[in-house]
Amino acid sequence: MVRYLGRRALYMAATLLAISLVVFVIISLPPGDYVTALQAKYSVMGQGLTESDVANLRQRYGLDGSLFAQYWHWITQIVLHGDLGMSFEHSKPVEDVIAPRLGWTIAVSLITLLVTWALAFPIGVYSAVKQHSVGDYAVTTMGFLGLATPNFLIALVFIYFSVTWAGSVPSGLCSPEWCDASWNLGKVLDLLGHLWIPMIVIGTGGVAGLVRIIRNNLLDELRRPYVTAARARGVPEGPLLRRYPLRVALNPFVSTIGWVLPMLLVGDIVVGQILSLPTLGPILLGALKAQDMYLAGSVIMVLSVVTVIGTLVSDLLLGWLDPRIRLGHQR
Amino acid sequence: MTLKEAEGIAERPAEVARTRASQRKLVWWAFKKHRLALVSAWLLAGMLVVIALCEFVAPFDDRHRDSAYTTAPPQVLKLWSDSGFGLHVDGYTSEQDPRSLRITYEANPEDRIDVGFFVKGEEYELFGFIPMDRHLLGPQDPGDPMYLWGTTTDGQDLLSQVVYATRVSASVGIIGVLLAFLLGIVLGAVSGYFGGWIDNAVQRVIELIMSVPSIPLWLGLAAALPAQMGPVGRYFIITTILALVAWTGLAREVRGRFLALRSEEFVTSAMLDGSSHTRIMFRHMLPSFSSHIIAALSLSIPGMILAETALSWLGMGLRPPAVSWGVQLQDASKWSVLSGAPWLLIPGLCVVLVVLAFNFVGDGLRDAADPYKH
Repeated sequence: MVRYLGRRALYMAATLLAISLVVFVIISLPPGDYVTALQAKYSVMGQGLTESDVANLRQRYGLDGSLFAQYWHWITQIVLHGDLGMSFEHSKPVEDVIAPRLGWTIAVSLITLLVTWALAFPIGVYSAVKQHSVGDYAVTTMGFLGLATPNFLIALVFIYFSVTWAGSVPSGLCSPEWCDASWNLGKVLDLLGHLWIPMIVIGTGGVAGLVRIIRNNLLDELRRPYVTAARARGVPEGPLLRRYPLRVALNPFVSTIGWVLPMLLVGDIVVGQILSLPTLGPILLGALKAQDMYLAGSVIMVLSVVTVIGTLVSDLLLGWLDPRIRLGHQR
Repeated sequence: MTLKEAEGIAERPAEVARTRASQRKLVWWAFKKHRLALVSAWLLAGMLVVIALCEFVAPFDDRHRDSAYTTAPPQVLKLWSDSGFGLHVDGYTSEQDPRSLRITYEANPEDRIDVGFFVKGEEYELFGFIPMDRHLLGPQDPGDPMYLWGTTTDGQDLLSQVVYATRVSASVGIIGVLLAFLLGIVLGAVSGYFGGWIDNAVQRVIELIMSVPSIPLWLGLAAALPAQMGPVGRYFIITTILALVAWTGLAREVRGRFLALRSEEFVTSAMLDGSSHTRIMFRHMLPSFSSHIIAALSLSIPGMILAETALSWLGMGLRPPAVSWGVQLQDASKWSVLSGAPWLLIPGLCVVLVVLAFNFVGDGLRDAADPYKH
């Protein structure tokens, strides 16, 4: 187990390094850099920057020198000082823009993940156990639809119905009268009242995918000879299902953290846009449109790092749960 | 003769046909059993025809703009009215709310607009070189409003726009997947065939690309495109960007197959015959699972289409004047507009339909790909 853990951790470090390279490429792709953008902004406002200001700024952001030197400057600033650069749009350090929204992003994603699990598990098990029943067909059809519908379309349909029936759109995560209030029961209830829409919109794809995986896994498991043998010996269906097949079919819960989490984060980009959530999605989009690359790159990096950590956690859990995986890596 | 033997004889002609049929025929028989896949395949074939004949199928061309009818509701095709038999739609009466300035349209049965097949309309060039002015369906008098799916906020005919958008969105998916596949097949083949450090290197690159959430990565790359870029250039670059991220899944699939086939006898004998590596890979090994490849292709097109739609809808993919489903849905994202004009969601319906169809066809092909299995 220790060897497995060490291997995964080492691998994660390598992935993080590579991700930082990709993000740096994204940051440096658009023509011009932070200081030239700043110069342009100031000259529009009628107050040009002096030569020495420019030189100082370029020095501070390490913009002169080879691409590699620029990368080195950027990454050491992040690792040693936690300095992600300046946001051109917001005129403040990137970490100050991201920090207040990161909490909400993770909270919304985690709650959605929990709800996704809570919904997908019973539905998946039901549709596998009652294969070819009306319920199973309904579930399978809904699953196909859920995977084929872009989540912003679900959001648009939601908005249409909430405007025609309720006359307004529930936007944000809290009503105006509760937003500044301190935490109490009323605020929590208000939050839950707002949260269910983004949850449905973000989570539909995840639920559909997960139900499909659980159903397939459980069906495979139910066809195994040991199930037939247990049935022949007269083990009742309930305990038979609980004892082995269900436990094996549980694996996807853990292994999917790796892909469900990024899916939820991406859903947030799209949904945050329509429902104006205080999350990272809308910030990323605004930054990309304004070519505010330090901010955009940093958000992409944060999303990727969260994904990588999610994958690591799921790998470790899986290795701990399932000896086949743990031992398979040792060869 | 027992009953069982009699049955055996009765089955024999079918058995013989089965053993003599070519693999292609066997795959087709297996595919036909998947009812949904068959229906979907017809739907996609229809879509391809629409794409090829898009100027002819659309009642108006993609630049047509009628400022007198903005966000007008869909009309209903009718066969019979007081003035007699004939295909027609009702014209509109419009009314402007003095306070909100919002224009509402009502169908006006008095105003009959005759509709016909193969009518004269705007001129175009079919396939880019055959000059024509006939349209499949349109108003007899080209100036009349005939908006079967309603109009957009700009007063464009939604039906025509959807037809043009289908060409753009579906072709982004298909071309993108072909590009991704070129990359995936070469790298997957090399990786699975040679193994060792090459395999290791390719697998690490794939895992790296997969570890970055794809939509942010696409967005980041698309953000570098200059704003003044033309629609055609943008189309190709967006397609390439989509392909650059999407090849990984296909490469994995191909690699797995190569890895499994490497130890087969026919590969060894090809090696002993002195065939080159390229010949063994692409002449001997690849054709043995071509049906699997087609299935994998069909299953990866939906992801591509969904990605383009999301990207364009977010304003980072294709941009007007290019029309794609995502660009069209931007129109619907203001809730004040959407609440009065639900027909603006029709392009979304097209996305769902086409994505489902590709999925079903892919599923059917995957199940049929190995006809010798049972």
